[in-house]
Amino acid sequence: MFDSLSEKLEAAFRRLRRKGVLSEADVREAVREVRLALLEADVNFKVVKEFLAKVEARAVGQEILASLTPDQEVVRVVRDELSELMGRQPARVTMASNPPTVIYLVGLQGSGKTTTAAKLARMLKDQGRLPLLVAADIYRPAAVDQLRTLASQLDVPVYYSEGANPVELAVQGVAQSRKLARDVLIIDTAGRLHIDEGLMAELEAMEKKVPAHETLLVVDAMTGQDAVRVTESFRQRLPLTGVVLTKLDGDARGGAALSIRAVTGLPIKLITTGEKLDALEAFQPERMASRILGMGDVLSLIEKAELSLDRAETEDLAKRVESGDFSLEEFRAMLQQVKRLGPLSKVMEMIPGMGAMGKLKNQIDDKSLVRVEAILSSMTPLERRRPKVLDGSRRLRIARGSGTTVQEVNRLLKQFQEMQKVMRQVKGMRKGKRGVPKLPFPPMP
Amino acid sequence: MPGLWERLRGGLSRTRQGLGDRIRAVFAGRQWSDELWDSLEEILYEADLGVDTVSHLLEETRTLVRQKRPKLADEVVEMLRRAMIVDLAGNDHDPWYLPPERPVVWMLVGVNGTGKTTTAGKLAAMMKARGHQVILGAADTFRAAAIEQLAIWAKRAEVPVVSQAIGADSAAVAYDTVTAAVARGMDLAIIDTAGRLHNKAQLMQELAKVHRVTGRALAGAPHEVWLVLDATTGQNGLSQAETFVKTVAVSGIVLTKLDGTAKGGVALTIARTLHLPIRWVGVGESLDDLIVFDAKAYVSAILGETQGTSE
Ligand SMILES: Nc1nc2c(ncn2[C@@H]2O[C@H](COP(=O)(O)OP(=O)(O)O)[C@@H](O)[C@H]2O)c(=O)[nH]1
Ligand SMILES: Nc1nc2c(ncn2[C@@H]2O[C@H](COP(=O)(O)OP(=O)(O)O)[C@@H](O)[C@H]2O)c(=O)[nH]1
Ligand SMILES: [Mg+2]
Ligand SMILES: [Mg+2]
Repeated sequence: MFDSLSEKLEAAFRRLRRKGVLSEADVREAVREVRLALLEADVNFKVVKEFLAKVEARAVGQEILASLTPDQEVVRVVRDELSELMGRQPARVTMASNPPTVIYLVGLQGSGKTTTAAKLARMLKDQGRLPLLVAADIYRPAAVDQLRTLASQLDVPVYYSEGANPVELAVQGVAQSRKLARDVLIIDTAGRLHIDEGLMAELEAMEKKVPAHETLLVVDAMTGQDAVRVTESFRQRLPLTGVVLTKLDGDARGGAALSIRAVTGLPIKLITTGEKLDALEAFQPERMASRILGMGDVLSLIEKAELSLDRAETEDLAKRVESGDFSLEEFRAMLQQVKRLGPLSKVMEMIPGMGAMGKLKNQIDDKSLVRVEAILSSMTPLERRRPKVLDGSRRLRIARGSGTTVQEVNRLLKQFQEMQKVMRQVKGMRKGKRGVPKLPFPPMP
Repeated sequence: MPGLWERLRGGLSRTRQGLGDRIRAVFAGRQWSDELWDSLEEILYEADLGVDTVSHLLEETRTLVRQKRPKLADEVVEMLRRAMIVDLAGNDHDPWYLPPERPVVWMLVGVNGTGKTTTAGKLAAMMKARGHQVILGAADTFRAAAIEQLAIWAKRAEVPVVSQAIGADSAAVAYDTVTAAVARGMDLAIIDTAGRLHNKAQLMQELAKVHRVTGRALAGAPHEVWLVLDATTGQNGLSQAETFVKTVAVSGIVLTKLDGTAKGGVALTIARTLHLPIRWVGVGESLDDLIVFDAKAYVSAILGETQGTSE
């Protein structure tokens, strides 16, 4: 499986770089890796083909060949195109100017419609709306019970009438919303196959009688190649306004999102990430792009960094590091910044490729971070600036002062030297990326 | 049950979207030429077979094509068909057979919404129709109305069901089900469990516990653990299977929702790499919409029929 596309590309290019100049064929090789990653992520075969044609056109251009870090450039082009396709802005669920707003949830069996209906009711309620749920799945055993149980946790009313058909339920639901002064109607429909003529006609009939402001197709994030066919079929029959991608708390790459966007252009409006009713979120196009490529949640990390880091300080720090000024003093400042991002294990998880580096992950934990910090704090500023002065007696003093051992101090200094080396190597490669603050740690692809 | 497969195939062609139709349109009666590899590749990918299996199948077929130099495209499709059937070998086993020691205990596991509860109901009805005494256990104590849902299926199947209140310990329900099956002289107990995503360690541990506790109620139970896999699932199906296999001793796959347009090709990948047989196929939401898996018919549902596959 692909742990990280960027790692694969890096490896491919490392092999190639030894040859000296990169050729178009080399870039094609990289594009091939991208193809496999997309297919493995369940992006529809035809969508992959078209998508890569676009990428290749750009990637084979001068842009990449002239670059010092072609792997990162290929990833950048792919990410760019992917984000473009996904839509730059998160799309919203819109409300009608004349209440009640009517929202239909439709889709295949078991995709998560009923749970999403309840989650949506909860979200709208939190926003000060007055939702009414309509239980219009009269087929699946206990579907009405399910919606009622969920709604009772939210204190949101459910409309249902024994013996009524789904069209009647929708019509009566509107009347009920007027009676109860409710301003949003969320209609939970039965799961159905897109090729089930009878049931598709039923949905059409419902929407004819009670027109929708939003018709959201609920799609399981684990869906494979079929996502395109399903979405297209539903769209031919219904005025779909968007997609809800469910079960993203799993580990599926979610290539269906890309397929759906590419083929229908429908916005993905919401995602769900759990069985509990608060697990509904706005869709983040960029984040999805990273996920499909298996690149870790770099964007969450960057976002988090933006929220928690002292910008002036990090910029100053980055400048110093970039100018080759990387001493224990900067290292210590970096650690302090990193700490603000939260527990280290979490931070590591968000860095691409870290998934594959299980061992390293276990070595660097918050406890060892505390010890490293203690060692650094026991040094004088001079010692941190110029670690060369650290002779045996100074090291002993530092170990005592920090409650660690001389071995630990030695190990840290050795690791630091290696880091310095890496820093010097990456210095040349570093280029500020648009809209992304330079972070005081090694560059992320 | 060829009748049901017929129905399934009928469903597929009714939509005119079956891959089989496409393959026929591209290949039937044509001379073989190398450009057709791309079409074959596309058809395999669109059936959700995934990168590894597609390369493996194409490699097998290429080797044969090099050796035998077929003239017609249909012949190549036949070679591919045989390679796929080989991957599914070991699937011919009578799943209706119950060993003499009773009660036999089956457990249904899988991620959310794949069709576990529905399959439990279908299996109960069909085993009962074969003259067995069946009891259901509602060990999904988590999902809203899951217990009620299974109770309705039990009623349809006309079998008893063991349940506790929502939020109860699912292992306790499983235990109760097995002891009830023993006490009442049942032939088969079928335990429905809550859907869980395989990457949630805690939920998987809970499942392991249900499995363990079942064994405490009756040595050797559960005798079979069926992994219920939704045919619309893409490559994630493989990591689902890998994790479930590690957590509980999965004996085979139930591939549901094959009455849609998805082919569930990842099941073939699972069968090939994890050596898990596919046992049943779900083809609808009614009591009798469950058929025994048949490798040849399944491959035909992916590749379509050609002259070589008259049945
Ligand atoms: N883990 C997880 N499970 C979900 C999510 N959304 C729905 N489910 C589960 O998926 C299953 C099917 O959901 P349901 O709402 O009944 O689907 P419906 O048949 O489309 O109405 C249930 O077990 C839900 O708890 C999600 O975002 N994450
Ligand atoms: N079309 C079709 N729908 C199915 C099949 N099996 C189950 N379903 C539907 O899938 C949805 C989820 O099934 P359920 O048994 O509740 O799944 P569970 O969450 O795994 O227990 C329900 O709407 C079922 O009616 C099948 O073989 N074909
Ligand atoms: Mg539902
Ligand atoms: Mg269930």
